[in-house]
Amino acid sequence: MEVNDIIKPENLVYQKSRLMAEKQFNFCPGCGHGVVVRTIAEVIEEMGIEHDVIGISPVGCSVFLYDFYKFDVVEAAHGRACAVATGIKRVQPDKFVFTYQGDGDLAAIGTGETMHACNRGENIVIVFINNGIYGMTGGQMAPTTLEGMKTTTCPRGRDVKTMGYPLNITPLLAQLDGVCYVTRHSVHTPANVRKLKKALRQAFENQRDKKGTSIVEVVSNCNSGWGLTPKAANDWMVENMFKKYPLGDIKVDGKLVMDMNAPR
Amino acid sequence: MEEREMRLMKGNEAIAEAAIRAGADAFYGYPITPQTEVMEYLMETDATARTGMAVLQAESEVSAINMVYGGASTGHRVMTSSSSPGISLMAEGISYLAGAELPCLLINVSRGGPGLGTIQPSQADYFQTVKGGGHGDYKLLTLAPSSVQELADFIALGFDLAFKYRNPTMILADGALGQMMEKIYLPAQRPRMTEYPDWATNGTPVGKERRFVTSLNLLPQEHELVNIRLQKKYREMEQNEIRYEMIQCDDAEYVIVAFGIIARIAQKSIELARAKGHKIGLFRPISLYPFPYDQIRELADNPRIKGLMSVELSAGQMIEDIRLAVEGRKPVGFFGRLGGMVPTPEEIETALYNYFNIK
Amino acid sequence: MAKIRGAVTVDAERCKGCELCVHTCDKQVLGMSEAVNSKGYHYAYMANPEACIGCTNCGIICPDGVISVYRVKVEE
Repeated sequence: MEVNDIIKPENLVYQKSRLMAEKQFNFCPGCGHGVVVRTIAEVIEEMGIEHDVIGISPVGCSVFLYDFYKFDVVEAAHGRACAVATGIKRVQPDKFVFTYQGDGDLAAIGTGETMHACNRGENIVIVFINNGIYGMTGGQMAPTTLEGMKTTTCPRGRDVKTMGYPLNITPLLAQLDGVCYVTRHSVHTPANVRKLKKALRQAFENQRDKKGTSIVEVVSNCNSGWGLTPKAANDWMVENMFKKYPLGDIKVDGKLVMDMNAPR
Repeated sequence: MEEREMRLMKGNEAIAEAAIRAGADAFYGYPITPQTEVMEYLMETDATARTGMAVLQAESEVSAINMVYGGASTGHRVMTSSSSPGISLMAEGISYLAGAELPCLLINVSRGGPGLGTIQPSQADYFQTVKGGGHGDYKLLTLAPSSVQELADFIALGFDLAFKYRNPTMILADGALGQMMEKIYLPAQRPRMTEYPDWATNGTPVGKERRFVTSLNLLPQEHELVNIRLQKKYREMEQNEIRYEMIQCDDAEYVIVAFGIIARIAQKSIELARAKGHKIGLFRPISLYPFPYDQIRELADNPRIKGLMSVELSAGQMIEDIRLAVEGRKPVGFFGRLGGMVPTPEEIETALYNYFNIK
Repeated sequence: MAKIRGAVTVDAERCKGCELCVHTCDKQVLGMSEAVNSKGYHYAYMANPEACIGCTNCGIICPDGVISVYRVKVEE
């Protein structure tokens, strides 16, 4: 059988979601953002909620999120996505609202808004991309940057004594009663992408069932910021990022499932 | 003339009651003196039970204004109220609201500043409100009530103007108006919205193009067009939304220009002056943006009028706009109190005599 | 006994040459082109099409969603 015989519409088993707009992603080659953005679209398409969903884009590499989707998206000021989500959800409680935030947006400038939306148990989905760096602005230190990791604002490596410790924020948020689901994933292998998709689906179903806030963290590469090829960046991520930010469920259905006493 | 319910109400409570009756969809706010009663009233009266509107105490003014931004993006009537330091915190969010062309109602119950300042009234947020506050070229359609009745009436008006122009409306009140009690006639309850504008991101309608709300545009050629569109809008506001009141200006030789609580006090000053035979009038801007430049210029052009005096609870902010309007035709004097102090009618009267050497 | 045959298409113009698909493919189907697209990126293509089983892993891992996957059962 020739390749041309295989490539026929009736044989199609995978393509990008029809909810993806024409605009090409502005992400660097190999960046995890692209996979997450596409996976969210797949979940929304499969759940049939494209007419009832509103996404909120942050400030960061994903600032142009609204260009990539064929559903309604609102741009938020840096760090404020969870407050914007609250503002939307409280007047449109039947819509699906999700934020998409980086580590600066969620865990630096937006810490207050994030924490309190979680504390209120807003029925929203928070997608948190943790790549330990500020990508869009050229690779500065983020709250989640690892000790010793080099960025443009810690060129000799993060010194915890003067610059603070890597902030493992999702287990902190998991302790809030308003939060029902916290889970950490990655997109460096197809198996992990499939797990992420399940987690996102669960998160949106939690919102449908009004169970409170769901947080899906994705530990991702930033090959440009880390100065590595995409493959090497993923390998580095597995070796280093996963140690501080291990993958897995942290809270499910309102119950903590991660060992909060394990060294982190 | 519709039958209106009459009540004796405190300014802040009137704001809240009027908001419910204006069919507001959400109030997102944060406690700060002297306007905390707005949210307390909404909670106490259980506004949510009355109309289904959302009332939420945010964790900060930064959060509150961003909640307003979110709610506004869905085309609903959302509002917040705060006081000077809180409005400073909201500056970023206000710029975003204006840049994204979102309607909303903002209320500043001003207090003395700068910094943490005091809790007594001031008018020193004039610049912040009409000249900027947040970054970039934007304007807030600004209404300055000088009675609790106006404060209440401006709520529905403020929402309607906001939606008319897709721009935030600011009601610039002060601590005195917020705290004082007056007899007012409340408007009837009007329904909350059931249909929303086409541009609103509230879930893509079936068969239609999806929408997005943003104030970002990295291409300067495009962003200049956005700004030009905003400016066109502001010129329209300047054409259509000038509001002012003139009291006893028909035969006046000197005109006091004042807004808000000072306009009320100045009315008494005029009474006192007139009793002594002096011909004093009051020009009260009600819209601070757009500012009634032409109307003030007309007064200055009038040969009978010898001078104007701005009276403000500040070191002199509105006076700059008065001087722009007058363009040197007549002297413009100034009297102000600072840091939360409020003058008596006699103080204003005396200041007028002193400045213009009136015996 | 049926055999699964797969094939993928790559939108060469939109491929950014990140090579994650090449590394992800268990069957070494994909390679990077000699040529570059209009952005200057080498793009992925089926260097070894016979080996493809249409598992969709490359499609899933592609950050830019430029890969579509086809699969068919072939009777032996």
